[in-house]
Amino acid sequence: MAIIVVEVMPKRELLDPAGKAVLGAFHRSGIEGFHEVRIGKRFELHVDGPATESHLADARKMADDLLSNGVIEDVLDVRVEDSPA
Amino acid sequence: MRVGVVTFPGSLDDRDALRAVRLAGGTPVPLWHGTHDLEGVDALILPGGFSYGDYLRCGAIAAHSSIMSEVVSEAKKGLPILGICNGFQILVEAGLLPGGLVRNDHGDFICRDQKLRVENTETAWTSGYELHQEIVIPLKNGEGGFIADDESLKRIEGESLVAFRYLEVNPNGSAHDIAGLRNETGRIVGLMPHPEHAVEAGFGPDTDVAMKSGTDGLAMFQSVLTQVVNA
Repeated sequence: MAIIVVEVMPKRELLDPAGKAVLGAFHRSGIEGFHEVRIGKRFELHVDGPATESHLADARKMADDLLSNGVIEDVLDVRVEDSPA
Repeated sequence: MRVGVVTFPGSLDDRDALRAVRLAGGTPVPLWHGTHDLEGVDALILPGGFSYGDYLRCGAIAAHSSIMSEVVSEAKKGLPILGICNGFQILVEAGLLPGGLVRNDHGDFICRDQKLRVENTETAWTSGYELHQEIVIPLKNGEGGFIADDESLKRIEGESLVAFRYLEVNPNGSAHDIAGLRNETGRIVGLMPHPEHAVEAGFGPDTDVAMKSGTDGLAMFQSVLTQVVNA
C-alpha cells in the first residue's frame, strides 16, 4: 500500500482571506510570533500495492487538470509516501 | 427557440433560469449533467448553485462532468452560453472564460440587490441593453472575488472582455470591479449576479416605482433569442 501526496497552495501574490481569518484567531489567543497564515490543500491518493511511475504520472496530470487551478493555485509537490496502514 | 439549462448535483437556480427563459419568450429545455446530450438546443445556460457542494473549488468538479465535454466542443462552434454565479465559476474552471473566482475578500457570504453597468453590448446575452446602461439585479455568493494576473487583466480590458462591472459597491473584492465577462466572440458570457431573479415584477429587486418590481435581468434572456434568430 502506498499513498501519493499532492500538495496545493494558493498563489503567494493572492490574498488568502481564510488564512487571514485564522491569523486573527492566533492573535486573539495571545500568539503573536507569526505574521502570516496561509491555507493550502493536501490530497492523498491511495494505491493498492506499490506506487508506480504510471501512478505518479496520472497523479501529476490530475494535480494540474483537476486538483489545482493554475490561475489561483500552485502545485507544490507530488510525492509517494508509505501508507501507515 | 430552445434554450437549455444544465442541472448539476447541487444546482439551485436551474428552475429559475428555465422560468426566465419562458418569461423571455423562449422554450426552456432542462438538461442533465450526467448525459452527453445537449438535445440540439440553440443556446445554453449553466445556472447558479453549489455544484458538488463546491468541494475542491467552486465549479471545479462540475467542469469535469459528462455533459461538459459537449458544452466545450459546442462552445468552440459558437453555441451561446450564459454562466450565472456557479455557472460562471464552471465556465472559468472549464477554461472558456479567463481568470478565477476566489472567496470574497471580506470572508462573508453576501446577498444584496447589486447595481451593475453594462460594459459591452456586443454579446449574445447583452445586445438588448444600452451600452453603459445601469441595471440592478440580485447578487448572492461567498466566492465571487474575480482575480487574474496582471497580464490577463490587461488583455481582458484591452479586448473589452468585461461585460458587467459593479457600481457603487464592490461586493467581493473583484479586480477592476469585474462582475461579468464575455469571451472574444461574445457568444459566451459569465457573471456572478443573478439576472434570473429579476425577470418578473413582484419577485425582483425594489425600484423607485414599487417594491420588488425590478426586471432588469429579463433583457439578458431576451437578447439571446434575437441573436439566435439572426444567426
